[in-house]
Amino acid sequence: MTGCRLQVDAVRLGYDERTVVDGLDLDVADDEITVIIGPNGCGKSTLLRGMGRLLRPRGGAVLLDGRRIDRMPTKEVAKHVGVLPQTPSAPEGLTVGDLVSRGRQPHQRWYRQWSADDEDAVTHALAVTGMDAYADRVVDELSGGQRQRAWISMTLAQDTSLLLLDEPITYLDLAHQVEVLDLAHRLHTERGTTVVMVLHDLNLAARYAHTLVAMNEGRIVAQGPPGEVLTEQLLSDVFGLDAKVLPDPVAGTPLVVPISAHLRDHA
Amino acid sequence: MRAVRDIAPVPGRKHVRVGKVAGAFRPRSVLVPVLCLAALVLVAAVNIGRGSSDIEVLDVLRTLAGGGDERETGIIVDLRLPRTLAGVLVGAAFGLAGALFQTIARNPLASPDILGVTWGAGVGAVSVIVLGGSAGQVSGAAAELGVPLAGLSGGLVAGLLLYALAWRRGIEGYRMVLVGIGLAAIGSNVVYWLLTIGDVDDATRATTWIVGNLAGVGWEAIAPVALALGLLVPVTLAAAHTLGGLQFGDETARGIGIRVDAARATLLLLATALAAVATAVAGPLTFVALATPQIALRLVRTPQPPLVGSMILGALLTVSADLCVRLVAGDLPVGVLTAVLGAPYLIFLILRTRKEVRA
Repeated sequence: MTGCRLQVDAVRLGYDERTVVDGLDLDVADDEITVIIGPNGCGKSTLLRGMGRLLRPRGGAVLLDGRRIDRMPTKEVAKHVGVLPQTPSAPEGLTVGDLVSRGRQPHQRWYRQWSADDEDAVTHALAVTGMDAYADRVVDELSGGQRQRAWISMTLAQDTSLLLLDEPITYLDLAHQVEVLDLAHRLHTERGTTVVMVLHDLNLAARYAHTLVAMNEGRIVAQGPPGEVLTEQLLSDVFGLDAKVLPDPVAGTPLVVPISAHLRDHA
Repeated sequence: MRAVRDIAPVPGRKHVRVGKVAGAFRPRSVLVPVLCLAALVLVAAVNIGRGSSDIEVLDVLRTLAGGGDERETGIIVDLRLPRTLAGVLVGAAFGLAGALFQTIARNPLASPDILGVTWGAGVGAVSVIVLGGSAGQVSGAAAELGVPLAGLSGGLVAGLLLYALAWRRGIEGYRMVLVGIGLAAIGSNVVYWLLTIGDVDDATRATTWIVGNLAGVGWEAIAPVALALGLLVPVTLAAAHTLGGLQFGDETARGIGIRVDAARATLLLLATALAAVATAVAGPLTFVALATPQIALRLVRTPQPPLVGSMILGALLTVSADLCVRLVAGDLPVGVLTAVLGAPYLIFLILRTRKEVRA
């Protein structure tokens, strides 16, 4: 049993009058890829925001190494946890190199704004994602896949052992989706990074996750290896989806094949 | 794991390293400020040389360096220097304030004049001129200090109102601009109302102040503003290390360890104070705070207005406007020309960039 640096303890999260997540517990296993799945509006992005300290809990707590992250300094948290929001926006005209350099913010102080370590971490982060060739290109002129890699580079430059990615592949074509997830997998194997992602694509989620967390209506309904979580019963209960689950011919992980209404008679 | 080794420079930019400190070297971000600074010294020297008896530029520079004769030193240091120095200080403060407002609001329209901060200062100053005058001739020290102090407090009140009214679970750029435009409209109307109820002399004096005026600024007015800016500018430049991160969305900024609300409130307060201090001395020199950060960022070619560059350009624009106004029209207030000088150049730069993009 590996440790769990990041723990969610009976957390309640929400916006304005609306509570989205209520009394949720989750231990994120270190050195694993954890993928959160669930229907739209089930609170998975909200949970990720809470885990990354982007949202203050209204009850319960999110713990990092046993300390409540809402009581830790923002900078301290940012040295351990990197968060990539769903739709980050860069100011017009910013180059990839400058964007990635911003990831060093938590390691800088007002009197020492750029060091050799910073330079090194940025170079490394660019190399890992293959964005080094684009360092002097302007972010808003990149393709969707390149832009996403640039943003991931920024969180990598932060040099954290935990990485939270909120729907990192949503606007990408399939080839770029695989590319970004391969990158997440490589970070896990090469750097030992603990990765938590919110994904909509169940088949890719099953393929890349060590632990799959299925959420519905602000609660966790199933948690474990993809083969155990992703069942026909769960798809029907949580997503209201009539589907067959087959073994993925490439990876052996569960493969969800939806049964469309007009084909139901044949199935 | 990265052991200590030769640093791998970030590709695509030139690399400088001094001891433990390394960084990207961008020739333009050094060259542009240096050239503007040289131009500022030259324009300032010409401006100081102008007067009832003209003094050669070289003599002015020699005197300022400490090598002039007694008569010239007396004229230059006692009489002429304060006006130009005020232009430099006020212009730099407006440039820096504008750069901060525009970066935080992520909107080039956000400048202290558009957002109502300078109009708040205007309400304060004009009230003292108009109401103080009729209430029994404020004079001497009270008048010297009263107008700038009232301007300063008016500007700060407007800044706080702006922040309080634009706040809704954080500050968003467009909401800040909309609220600011509303505040500016109210402020300008209060000023016009004050002008109509004041007597003719007060109204004239107030109008001169509103347009922005450097004539008649003496050492006694410079000392407090120099002190205030000497304090505010270093604090602002140190606090501004969060500015690059604040340009992203709030969540991204928080993710990289910035206390978004606190950082933004601090910088807005500093920017308001800078604009209010500057307005208190010379009146709202319209357009300096709006245009110079935009001109500076186009010259230096950075995604956000360069702070030091904006300061130098603000000073250059203000002193140049002062010089032009004296060359062309004798003693018109300088504010008449700051916009006339700055606007065409800004438009030219914008048109040129658009052409580059199309090409």
